[in-house]
Amino acid sequence: MWAKLCRWCKNGRAGRKTEAAERQEFVVALAGNPNTGKSTIFNALTGLHQHTGNWPGKTVARFQGRYRFKNRVYKLVDLPGTYSLFVNSAEEQVARDFLCFQKPAAVIVVVNAGCLERNLNLVLQIMEITPRVVVCVNLLDEARRKNIRIDLPKLEHELGAPVVGTVARQGRGLKNLQQTVEDLLLGRVEPRPRLPVYDDALEKEIAGLLTMFSNRADLAVNPRWFALRLLEGDASVLGQAERSRVFVQEPELQAKQQETKKMWYEFKAP
Amino acid sequence: MRTFVTEQERAGRQGDCRDRIVKALYLKAETIAHNVVSEKKGQGPDWEGKIDDFLTSRFWGFLTMVLLLGAIFWVTITGANYPSEAIAHFLCGLEGKLLSFLQLAGAPSWVRGILVLGTYRTLAWVIAVMLPPMAIFFPLFTFLEDLGYLPRVAFNLDYLFKKSGACGKQALTMCMGFGCNAAGVISCRIIDSPRERLIAVLTNNFVPCNGRFPLLIVLANLFFAGAAGGRAGSIIPVGVVVGLTVFGVLVTLFVSSLLTRTILKGVPSQFALELPPFRLPQPGRILINSLRNRTLFVLARAVVVAAPAGLIVWLMANVFVGEVTLLQAAAGFLDPFARGLGLDGFILMAFILGLPANEIVLPLLLMAYLSSGAMLELDSLPALKELLVSNGWTWLTALNVMLFSLLHFPCSTTLLTIFKETGSKKWLFISFLLPTLLAVAVIFMVTQGVRLLSLV
Repeated sequence: MWAKLCRWCKNGRAGRKTEAAERQEFVVALAGNPNTGKSTIFNALTGLHQHTGNWPGKTVARFQGRYRFKNRVYKLVDLPGTYSLFVNSAEEQVARDFLCFQKPAAVIVVVNAGCLERNLNLVLQIMEITPRVVVCVNLLDEARRKNIRIDLPKLEHELGAPVVGTVARQGRGLKNLQQTVEDLLLGRVEPRPRLPVYDDALEKEIAGLLTMFSNRADLAVNPRWFALRLLEGDASVLGQAERSRVFVQEPELQAKQQETKKMWYEFKAP
Repeated sequence: MRTFVTEQERAGRQGDCRDRIVKALYLKAETIAHNVVSEKKGQGPDWEGKIDDFLTSRFWGFLTMVLLLGAIFWVTITGANYPSEAIAHFLCGLEGKLLSFLQLAGAPSWVRGILVLGTYRTLAWVIAVMLPPMAIFFPLFTFLEDLGYLPRVAFNLDYLFKKSGACGKQALTMCMGFGCNAAGVISCRIIDSPRERLIAVLTNNFVPCNGRFPLLIVLANLFFAGAAGGRAGSIIPVGVVVGLTVFGVLVTLFVSSLLTRTILKGVPSQFALELPPFRLPQPGRILINSLRNRTLFVLARAVVVAAPAGLIVWLMANVFVGEVTLLQAAAGFLDPFARGLGLDGFILMAFILGLPANEIVLPLLLMAYLSSGAMLELDSLPALKELLVSNGWTWLTALNVMLFSLLHFPCSTTLLTIFKETGSKKWLFISFLLPTLLAVAVIFMVTQGVRLLSLV
């Protein structure tokens, strides 16, 4: 395995993973809708040959590989393609759990330039989990052929997250993508995510829950996101949260969780 | 603070909250997209849409599928003959040299037997018979896959799978099964309903995988090539292989609907399948994927399993139990049952010993025939046919072997994967028993039918 990765060891390392490299390693997740070319980007960056197939649902498990950029090692994790992060399917569960609980240092969200609107749903959902998002607008060549133009600086402004345009199959824009990821990780780019705002009633409930979380320094997931999942009664997140010691002890919250759990089970088993 | 909430209210509240969240997300996405995307419409015809309409229409879609499949097999069958011949000739020539070399080196005859007649010969046949068809078939198949044709196939078949009570996504997992059934079983994870996933897992085996295509192609070529020979002569074997593949799909549908009506009852669930745009595949990637990841992978697996299996068969052929060899005794034991099915004891034993990998069934069979007397100089495909015919094969035997290969129990890797995916011994057992019983029933009926009509 490691022999394959030697091609990045330009500075004469004997190809063995040193402890220093291990410590420096940044975990970067690769998320996106099916068929946006995630695996192509993964292969192009890591030099591995994960099989790419032109059909949705190809990557069920996650794949990982490493790349080296400016003397830093990045561990790239290719997540299964999903349309959303509401846990409706195995792929969504895998992708969501990784983003929430494995805490990647950054997330590259690959979107298809040809159908940006649909892809943006996932971008917004991921930005609710973590602000450290780089949006990679891929397949620009295909979009151009369909006479679709995208104003990337404007998109960057609208989202409040760095945006990079790529044509991964031809390797265009990948250096820029790596550079942007580095900039984000080193704090040269400050993300100012502009998250979706919900209706007043919902926002009030969220605010209520957030005050309950406020003294919980050890809440390991994004509080706003967690509050939203509690509100919609997504018990799948509770199990994970308990396992990752996010479990909340306040009696009132526990009641809320109990209720959510009950709702979930009743919903699941009609 | 506990309030009483009725169940509907609870479910309703969840749905309601989720709906409001989703709505807000969509609205935001729409606004952003509206602000940043500019689209010029009405320039030139929508070719992709037109092609898709054609490829997914009820009639033309199916016809295109069958014709494409036929074209691929035709290229494979006509193209594989010559290199197969050449490789067989080369490797068998090497066998003689290897033997005389070992003799010079003073190796005892049993060592020569084990190394050359047992291991080397099986390996040589695995390579000669399987490498050329694979090296042609896999790049073509990968081309279609990378082009984006598979989702269209899934789209076409979705209707049929729905009708048989299974999930339309099963069409995709089935397509994966053409590559490797173990991979096909793993890909069943994309099916969300446990019931439908089980159906897909249990029926994945009915499409021929990489390991079984070579056997189908070789046998079809040997026993069904027309008298005309040449290019025209390969139409019939192509028809046979396409027919078998289509039959495999039909069996998949039939068993799926059988399962939904009996042990896995339920209503098929809905899902959305996006037809991805056609993308021109990258030639380099296709070659790497198909040759390294598929051809060499399958070949390596076959070699790794075939070497020890060849050894076992050689030993069985040389260990005597009373008057006869162990091999003959075992084959003789299976023979009465196998004859009734239109096979023979050796064939059945090759299938049983081939459990670790379907790739080695044919080589094992050759080994068994070769070591049980008929010592032919096996260096060409006609010689291969001669060997089979001298062991009593007719076109019916060949057809039965192909059908049995298509329908019989999954290989051990697939079985292991099924066990891992379902986590239950019960489903493992069913996944073994169901195809086996079906295979036995089908070839029994075919044999009896053909004999009744005295076609052989």
